[in-house]
Amino acid sequence: MISTTRSRIIVILTFVLTLIAAIVAIGLGSVHITIPEIITTIFNGRTEEGVYTTIIWDIRLPRVLLALIIGANIAISGALLQAVMGNPLADPGLTGVTSGAAAFVLLIMLANPEFTNYIPIAAFVGGLLAATIVYALAWRRSGISPITIILSGVAVNALGGGIIGFLSIMYSDRLPSAVQWLNGSLAAKGNASLQMIYPYAIVGWIISIFAIRKANIIRLGDQVAVNLGENVTRIRIMLSILAVFLAAISVAAIGMIGFVGLIVPHMARMLVGSDYKYMLPMSMAMGAIVLLIADTGGRTLFAPLDIPAGIIMAVIGGPYFLYLMRKKAF
Amino acid sequence: MLKIEQLSVRYEQKEVVHNFSFEVNKGEVLSIIGPNGSGKSTILKAIARMQPYSGGTITFDGENIRRLSSKEIAQKMCILSQRNQAPADITVRNLVAYGRYPHKKWFERLNAEDEKIIDWALERTQLSHYRDQPIAALSGGESQRAWIAMALTQRPQILLLDEPTTYLDIAHQHEVLELVRELNREMGMTVVMVLHDLNQASSYSDQIVVVKDGYRAQMGTPEDVMTEQMIQQIYRMEAEIQYVSWDSAPRIQLKSTVKA
Repeated sequence: MISTTRSRIIVILTFVLTLIAAIVAIGLGSVHITIPEIITTIFNGRTEEGVYTTIIWDIRLPRVLLALIIGANIAISGALLQAVMGNPLADPGLTGVTSGAAAFVLLIMLANPEFTNYIPIAAFVGGLLAATIVYALAWRRSGISPITIILSGVAVNALGGGIIGFLSIMYSDRLPSAVQWLNGSLAAKGNASLQMIYPYAIVGWIISIFAIRKANIIRLGDQVAVNLGENVTRIRIMLSILAVFLAAISVAAIGMIGFVGLIVPHMARMLVGSDYKYMLPMSMAMGAIVLLIADTGGRTLFAPLDIPAGIIMAVIGGPYFLYLMRKKAF
Repeated sequence: MLKIEQLSVRYEQKEVVHNFSFEVNKGEVLSIIGPNGSGKSTILKAIARMQPYSGGTITFDGENIRRLSSKEIAQKMCILSQRNQAPADITVRNLVAYGRYPHKKWFERLNAEDEKIIDWALERTQLSHYRDQPIAALSGGESQRAWIAMALTQRPQILLLDEPTTYLDIAHQHEVLELVRELNREMGMTVVMVLHDLNQASSYSDQIVVVKDGYRAQMGTPEDVMTEQMIQQIYRMEAEIQYVSWDSAPRIQLKSTVKA
């Protein structure tokens, strides 16, 4: 049994840990910066001409913040989808939301680069389309079974992958610019991506706070939710839109990153229990820290190579997923 | 109080409940009985708006429930199934507290009054000792009691029970039905339940509705309904009706299957 006091402390500790990890990550790289220097530079603001101002303010801080924001987004998205589908296997990657969003982003990036400003919207539309198809395929009178989710996810992923492959061949001359993006890389993403994503992310997070109560009600099952006077279909649609939104803006910013949305909510649930009041903030903090570690590891372990965080996550996430299956977590 | 008029329910193209009417008065216990697949649970689900119905009206205190919002209905009635699932790690107290949800606006938190109702419900169902236990640690009977406690905090005027005893052993079945009876007698809570066991239906009900193939076959007091002919017609069983010294309700002793 996990007491609420314990859950609350774990959540707070994880947020503190995330902050510490962020500061440490800013210091790591080809130029090593000590923690006091980082803190001084950040508090002095970017106007001051310090030694590390450019490195910190223009390169590392944006990248670290981007990793934190996107990790949090994808983890919240996964946690919400798991509540909506009443299914621990739901995550934006396995349900095809990510690849739907990615296909639409590439449609702009490669085929219609003049509309680059609309990439987040395209990602959202692509993600919604994928989610709608998965629902239509997986929906049964009795609910959504894990098997049908996986099968429809496979189908939608195949469709998204097909479109991505087709676009890659059609526009192979423009492909190099998209390769880093496709692999889920935070390299060279800097301030522009950060500026693009953070307003959307903050809106998404604020709405997520209101989603906690609703998520808690539908995790009790449809019948109980109806009993308590809730419109289950409406909650499902609203929470799904929110989840797709958070995943899609992340795809728009840095491409496809798998497993965060699946694994992080699982770990959060193990640590603080299934009450979304704790589980959702916990997923948020853990998603942030997990992606930060993946990205920081990717850029430092094999320096000067910069391994995309998406690849690191796939390498860690795949085996962890198998481990969860062995443990019969599903 | 609750009036069902000419209710019909379809699954796909097939009509499974036909032109079904009955009425429950305030403070009554009404049981719906009938063979498997007769449509009795479907009727209960239609009342609880878990199952859309294609014809007829359901009125609550003279008001068509289609005109009430789901929140208003949630404040008036509550349904419990034979088996309810909750996340395994939720505590008894937290589960029971959800019963206050329909009475709260989206921003409201539980106040002292709500806490009092929660404590009362836990006590009423003898679960006070288990308040901080996770639901998964409870036995079948205890967890069914926890769900009843949740229903109690919801403060419904009508409690709908869909085969509340199916997965319980006889002692726990007795316990749950006794609790339902106490709630009915002490609080005047109206109860509509679907039961399989004819003797339980007979002992615990004021009125019994018999369903066969989606039609209403009979309705009346246990003495009126529980007859040898009824058992023969509805269940194709030979039975004998007996009376025991400690209970006025008729008892059904089954003898053999009727030969075709």
